[in-house]
Amino acid sequence: MGQYTASELWSITAMQSFAGFSLFSVLLLMALGLAIIFGQMGVVNLAHGEFMALGAYTVYLCSQLAHNYAPALIPVYFLFAIVAAFLASAIAGLFVEWSLIRFLYKRPLDTLLATWGLSLIMQQLFRTIFGAREVTPTLPDWLMGSFKPSESIDIPINGVFVMALTLALTGGVWLFMYRSRLGLRMRATVQNRNMSGAVGINTRWVDRLTFALGCGIAGVAGAAFTTIGSTGPDSGSRYIVDTFLVVVFGGTASLLGTIASAFGIAQAQSIFEFFLEGTMGKVAVLMTIVVILMIRPKGLFANKVRS
Amino acid sequence: MTTSQQKMFAPLHTLRRAIPGLMLATSLSLQAADYPTASVNTTGLSITETTVTVGQLHSATGTMAISETGSIQAEQLAIDQINAMGGVLGRQIKVIPEDGASDWPTFAEKAKKLLVNDKVATVFGCWTSASRKAVLPVFEKENGLLYYPTFYEGLEQSKNVIYTGQEATQQILAGLDWIAKEKSAKTFYLIGSDYIWPRTSAKIARKHIENKLGGKVVGEEFYALGHTQFGSLINKIKLKKPDVIYAIIVGGSNVSFYKQLKAAGITGENTTLITISVTEDEALGIGGENLVGFYSAMKYFQSLDNANNLAFVKAFKAKYGEKSVIGDVTQAGYLGPWLWKAAVEKAGSFDVDKVTAASPGLELTTAPEGYVKLHPNHHLWSKLRIGQWKTDGQVKVLYESALIEPDPFPKGYQ
Amino acid sequence: MKTLFDRVFGGKHGLTSLAVLALILLAILPLSLDIFRLNLVGKYLTYAFVGVGLVLLWGKAGVLSLGQGVFFGLGGYCMAMFLKLEASDPISTKIQSTPGIPDFMDWNQLKALPAFWEPFHSFPFASAAVLVVPALLAFVIGLAMFKRRVGGVYFAVITQAVALIVSLAIDGNQGYTGGRNGITDLRTLLGHDIRSQQAQYVLYFTTCVLLIGVILLLQWMLSGKMGKILLAMRDREDRVRFSGYDVSAYKVFIFSLAAALSGIGGALFVLQVGFISPSLVGIVPSIEMVIFTAVGGKLSLYGAVYGALLVNTGKSLFSENFPQLWLFMMGGLFIAVVVLFPNGVAGIWQNLTDKTSRWFAARRKAPATAPAVEVNVPVSLETETSKTP
Repeated sequence: MGQYTASELWSITAMQSFAGFSLFSVLLLMALGLAIIFGQMGVVNLAHGEFMALGAYTVYLCSQLAHNYAPALIPVYFLFAIVAAFLASAIAGLFVEWSLIRFLYKRPLDTLLATWGLSLIMQQLFRTIFGAREVTPTLPDWLMGSFKPSESIDIPINGVFVMALTLALTGGVWLFMYRSRLGLRMRATVQNRNMSGAVGINTRWVDRLTFALGCGIAGVAGAAFTTIGSTGPDSGSRYIVDTFLVVVFGGTASLLGTIASAFGIAQAQSIFEFFLEGTMGKVAVLMTIVVILMIRPKGLFANKVRS
Repeated sequence: MTTSQQKMFAPLHTLRRAIPGLMLATSLSLQAADYPTASVNTTGLSITETTVTVGQLHSATGTMAISETGSIQAEQLAIDQINAMGGVLGRQIKVIPEDGASDWPTFAEKAKKLLVNDKVATVFGCWTSASRKAVLPVFEKENGLLYYPTFYEGLEQSKNVIYTGQEATQQILAGLDWIAKEKSAKTFYLIGSDYIWPRTSAKIARKHIENKLGGKVVGEEFYALGHTQFGSLINKIKLKKPDVIYAIIVGGSNVSFYKQLKAAGITGENTTLITISVTEDEALGIGGENLVGFYSAMKYFQSLDNANNLAFVKAFKAKYGEKSVIGDVTQAGYLGPWLWKAAVEKAGSFDVDKVTAASPGLELTTAPEGYVKLHPNHHLWSKLRIGQWKTDGQVKVLYESALIEPDPFPKGYQ
Repeated sequence: MKTLFDRVFGGKHGLTSLAVLALILLAILPLSLDIFRLNLVGKYLTYAFVGVGLVLLWGKAGVLSLGQGVFFGLGGYCMAMFLKLEASDPISTKIQSTPGIPDFMDWNQLKALPAFWEPFHSFPFASAAVLVVPALLAFVIGLAMFKRRVGGVYFAVITQAVALIVSLAIDGNQGYTGGRNGITDLRTLLGHDIRSQQAQYVLYFTTCVLLIGVILLLQWMLSGKMGKILLAMRDREDRVRFSGYDVSAYKVFIFSLAAALSGIGGALFVLQVGFISPSLVGIVPSIEMVIFTAVGGKLSLYGAVYGALLVNTGKSLFSENFPQLWLFMMGGLFIAVVVLFPNGVAGIWQNLTDKTSRWFAARRKAPATAPAVEVNVPVSLETETSKTP
């Protein structure tokens, strides 16, 4: 690397680590909802990606509304759209839990197949409603562009935004799970369903709310991704394998595991992609994960007491 | 060409107004009765005294539906217009649409169904190279005829396929020459999706840059289709500081790529980027604001200012809505039915062998892209144009080459 | 002790199932369909090889793999490599810069055949590879996973990742694998044109005979000790382990066997369809193959065949007539099968025959006899069904 000056190399290192952190927040955002649904409830939701797409489409709808009826709101609509995305996906989640998932709690492999069916139906629904073409919401100007701390460093603002959102959401989820009444009930139900029922927790509603929460977070993730990519009927399926790998790799038992795993995979991927060529970088990362999973099948942070 | 036939290729907007009169004129010269089925169809195709059946084979569902919708619409528009003018040899065209569902075995299955069961006279269809490769043996075995609309990698020439898009050298060489001259560019960074078309295109571009332009390729990378995270790539670009970014990224990755470029401060104002994979169709998804100032190189842009194109755009919007956009492949799809009609009428027969024999040398003066001519190697002579993107998702055409001879097996580029 | 006849054919009841299947595949379909449709049926039957493997693996051993497409694909690739080499003789490839190598290698500027392609000049080697390559990969994955007692959802997710890796790796190494286009334009097998009608008939019947042979072999295997241990493993894995059986060794064996069977399916697919591409290796086809099996009934070997036939016929007909509705149908089918009919067509059939036989028994006012337990629908079917709401 003789032809580069020290400051250039430093700038690249800075931007490259930012790329790693940015990817980390993307992965974490994707995995957070699934970590709750899969980790806490043991439900394998292969339609998780479609809930993200639902959130993204909600943002798109909001942007169309703002564009057509209230152009003055364009700079701020995005913040409301995120809330709307959460609600849309959470309500859809409630409905899906009520109509499908609750019959399958004892059969994880069957939820996997049923939710795959669900994902096909949702994809076709998106296609029927929004068309096969990819759509992008009009984003407020303050979200685009970059911010230059020095002459040769560009930090993308949408990346910073996604990171901030991830931080806020992760903090929120942690507070909710470990500091709120409902969170306590949720954890109690996971640990011992019968006992929780016996002390008066309505476990059926806890399940429903947990599932809805996970789906709602997926919706927020989808909303955030409209700032870095596009939304199409099948964009959910693009994320699903990565998402599952993050959750499984982290070990399903703890939030910390998911965070650590998202961090590790993101850093590995951005480093591999920097030094290897495109596709093979991705292959190398996936291989590493699978090999590690073969050695540590329950993931990085396994809960030893689980049977 | 007879005068009456030439009249049929008159600009379409006049056609649309003059349809009743024209139908009379054409049906006078080309009545089905003059061409009894027994004589124009000696190979048992599905043709009656009043109709001729053709197939249309694209992905209406699945990941490729995004791209193929435009071709489906354009082919349908052309067929409607031909029918309104009295059809082909006095016969109305009946279309059997089949869905390849973005799945190559399904394409092969449906191609076989169209040729063997439905006995269609010709097929308009396919989009990706993979789908074309999957159906090619079927068309050769069953002696069918396929009009293929996409710009593609070349390296192929089949007597059963008419390629209405550009092969790689037509799309690449003139564009590189222009950008190298215009921007005094010496270093290039090649980026593509990971499959044969981008890889072959990058190979041709590299040979041209290194051997003919005396430039240097400072990076060449391919990412899986559907890849959405380009942060590391963008940093590598910043490190290498190429004069030109040459992008051949397709599908959903496109949107992420251009959004992230913009977010990282790489814009049309400070960087030269030229792509051969972004048409108006893709621009709709990417958003014009993310493309402003970048260049695309292809043979057709919606904003071409000629009478043929104005009529075509008007007819297209009348049928599919004011908001619809037309990309290069859509226009190439539109040429298919017209080329077939011209070939059939020249041959005076629907037999595939006679139609392909009549095809070389065919000319269309009414093509929206301008004059095109069919080469004996079944590709079209065409021009290359460079357009610069504007915020509204349309381009300003900056450059137009002379007609370029198609050369699917270019010497020195393999 | 059962006789060999009982073990292979599964007694009188099994013999009926066999006769019905053979009648449909070897007589009714060939006589009623034209060669185009029959060739399609032949293609669907190649998926049934994956299906019977999944019956073993998922239905009998309780391990769900979402990566069976990988093994199907590998079998297919092994066969396609042989056929491609046969099609790439120096004369028909003389326009290339390097004649005699497959066209896609030439396009990717390879100057010589890569070493790992060389042995595929030999048909016996390629045929063996169709079985061995998938089985070997399954053996390695299985050994690593089952020894550490990975199962259930984890195994499913990891095999799914394997499917993604293999399809990406094939995509990314275009010069060696044909990339996304796959290996296309295959023409002859040992000098015989595989695209002629006659060849397609021969291939169809070969597929049927092999499939039936595989089913009989598996019935024989399952009716012995292996079947009992698998069943015991699925329902109470710990007890089997405590009784001194090496559970993981059984699972590894079954996984490898299912992989080898999928490989056969892949090879026959290539012969009938004329190409292979990574789109048959990835996640989507792998899950679709699971659904064929689920529709047929994951406990029934014959069910797997009917499942593959039904779903694919439905797909063909539906997508010809209502392309937009197809995904809704497919998704609905997934959900319906899982929620309402966990034992698929075979389960419904079983219920029907049970009911009618009870009805007949009641009519005769004789004491109702318990329905005979047939080999391909194990005892635990009752408990499985009763678990579902």
